[in-house]
Amino acid sequence: MTTGLLLTQLLNGLQLGVLLFLLSAGLTLVFGIMNFVNLSHGSLYMMGAYFAAAGFNAFGGSFLAAALIAVPGTMLLGVLVERIALSTLYTRDHLDQVLATFGLILFFNEVVRFIWGPASVYMNVPKALSGTVDLFGLAYPSYRFAIIVVGLLVGVALYAIIHRTRVGMLIRAGASNPDMVSALGVNIKGLNLTVFALGAGLAGLAGLMAGPIVSVQAGMGEPILILTLVVIVTGGIGSIRGAFYGALIVGVVDTMGRALLPTLLREFLERSVAQAVGPAIASMLIYLLMAAVLAWRPQGLFPVKHG
Amino acid sequence: MMRNLTRLAAAACLALAAGAVQAQAPIKIGFVAELSGPQGALGQDQYDAFMMVVERNGGRLGGVPVQVLREDSQLKPDVATQIVQKLIERERVPIITGITFSNIMMAVHKPITEAGVFLIGSNGGPAPIAGAQCSPFQFITSWQNDNQAEVVGKYAMDKGYKRVIGMAPNYQAGKDFIAGFKRFYKGEVIDEIYTPLNQPDFAAELAQVAAKRPDAIYVFYPGGLGVNFVRQYQQAGLLGRIPLLTTSTTDGSTLPAQGEAALGVVSGTFWGPDFNNPASKRFVDEFEAKFKRIPSQYAAQSYDAALLLDSAIAKVRGNVADKNAFRAALKAADFQSVRGSFRFNNNHFPVQDQHIFEVAKDAKGRVSLKTVTTPLKNHGDAYASQCKM
Repeated sequence: MTTGLLLTQLLNGLQLGVLLFLLSAGLTLVFGIMNFVNLSHGSLYMMGAYFAAAGFNAFGGSFLAAALIAVPGTMLLGVLVERIALSTLYTRDHLDQVLATFGLILFFNEVVRFIWGPASVYMNVPKALSGTVDLFGLAYPSYRFAIIVVGLLVGVALYAIIHRTRVGMLIRAGASNPDMVSALGVNIKGLNLTVFALGAGLAGLAGLMAGPIVSVQAGMGEPILILTLVVIVTGGIGSIRGAFYGALIVGVVDTMGRALLPTLLREFLERSVAQAVGPAIASMLIYLLMAAVLAWRPQGLFPVKHG
Repeated sequence: MMRNLTRLAAAACLALAAGAVQAQAPIKIGFVAELSGPQGALGQDQYDAFMMVVERNGGRLGGVPVQVLREDSQLKPDVATQIVQKLIERERVPIITGITFSNIMMAVHKPITEAGVFLIGSNGGPAPIAGAQCSPFQFITSWQNDNQAEVVGKYAMDKGYKRVIGMAPNYQAGKDFIAGFKRFYKGEVIDEIYTPLNQPDFAAELAQVAAKRPDAIYVFYPGGLGVNFVRQYQQAGLLGRIPLLTTSTTDGSTLPAQGEAALGVVSGTFWGPDFNNPASKRFVDEFEAKFKRIPSQYAAQSYDAALLLDSAIAKVRGNVADKNAFRAALKAADFQSVRGSFRFNNNHFPVQDQHIFEVAKDAKGRVSLKTVTTPLKNHGDAYASQCKM
């Protein structure tokens, strides 16, 4: 295995990581601040991808149009879902929340099937990013590189919002002690809505960025939701910093595992066995990682600092 | 004693009367396929094409009115088994057609054929029912699964590719297709990569492929996975550099979502929408006019299933209860198939030409399949000799 290949795989891991970060940032805030289990976060991601594809096809393949429809559209949808369905569930116990948001997953899957049909929908990368970029003599798909850049920019922006603005201060306060925040006269309802809308917008952005890579189809949100849950548990629930590092760790571990394990195993196992066992272990790696983190640091690697 | 005899006679009269009524009533045909979920696009194509023939003939097949009972097997073998039981026991259908996935076929094959019901499969053709578990009640209008991989293997051989990488999802069908490819490809398969069935992103694997620089890559990624794979292959800049040979990855169900990213991808199967025979042209024209999309191979298979039934029901003049006569009529396959020449092998799977297609723009500028060559002529399958029929 050459250095170039290793570097490419590292970039691939990073790219998966930032995509996961976009999703887990919203989810971890909703979890941490509202103490609310929202399984339908993956559906918002799916809706973001569908909105993006709809905008892309309606405006003759304009990625800008796709972005302008996907992100605000998903945000608006998030607000509607929060107001209509979820806000009534905040005081209920977690099982009710899980059931209700699982119902929302089924609902949204049927909605897209009804509107867009069962086959996956077409969306492509913007023309300017269709080729590859040259990174130190390494050809890497430009679009994937753009995802990394966008993800890191969002990370920086979120850091600035959360650590440098008043809303951010309230969000931080809400994450560590929500009761005290509401006791101090802060409109916790408005804060919840803001957080939810922000999370939905990020999920929509993730859907937009993923649309040209993966097939836009009903049920695309569930596999990524599972990865997102792994990220926030690993990183520490409620912590944006945890979501960021957790996402990068999960992305890199998953990609490197898939890339290296089958080759490594072939060194001391028979080829056919390595071919069967390699991918199986590689797909388990992140769950093993999560289990190890839970055993060693149940709060996650970067928990919210209390007190 | 006398009373019993009277009763018996009365019952016989009733039964005969019922029989007479039955002859007037339409023939019931069970249509079972995947009609929901991401796989629903395949079943929908099968259904649309089948019903197109029925509607064209004014609700008749072979001149006899038919009633098609549409059922969604949801890609769940247990659901499919229940549906089939209901169709056979309550609805008393003499014919069941459709069946999309091979695992569903394996679940329903035995209950259908053992009840003496004719099974006209129009998609999945798993190896066991082509071989030792074959039944005289089965007629498959699509292919044996391996065929579509074998033709690509032969093509890779003809092209002189020396080093090939095989890639597929990590489940039975994925391994079967790689095995089918290797049956006709005698060069070196330098690596076989199996990815988890739910893995949507192939960046890590594609980087490895790029590093190994094979002469070609052979993949089997059906449905949404195929959309992902082809787009990512193109985005990684590999499409022009390493020939992409496929089975069930670029077909009528995935091409609309792949679009121009798939231009140049090579695939192998039995039929393509650019076929130049009258039966195929009529089918494509009517299908496009009615549904505003290019028909997929799944539609073509099911269209042929309807034509097959049409010809066989006409031969027995609607008396499908005469099972031997009806079976002989089906076996004769006396219809104009969209694929040109068509006949049934001893295992009631087709003997047919297998072609290679390339994704290209058609005359109307749409992304479609273009016939390139025909590596396998009058091709049967590897399991027919194990079938005692």
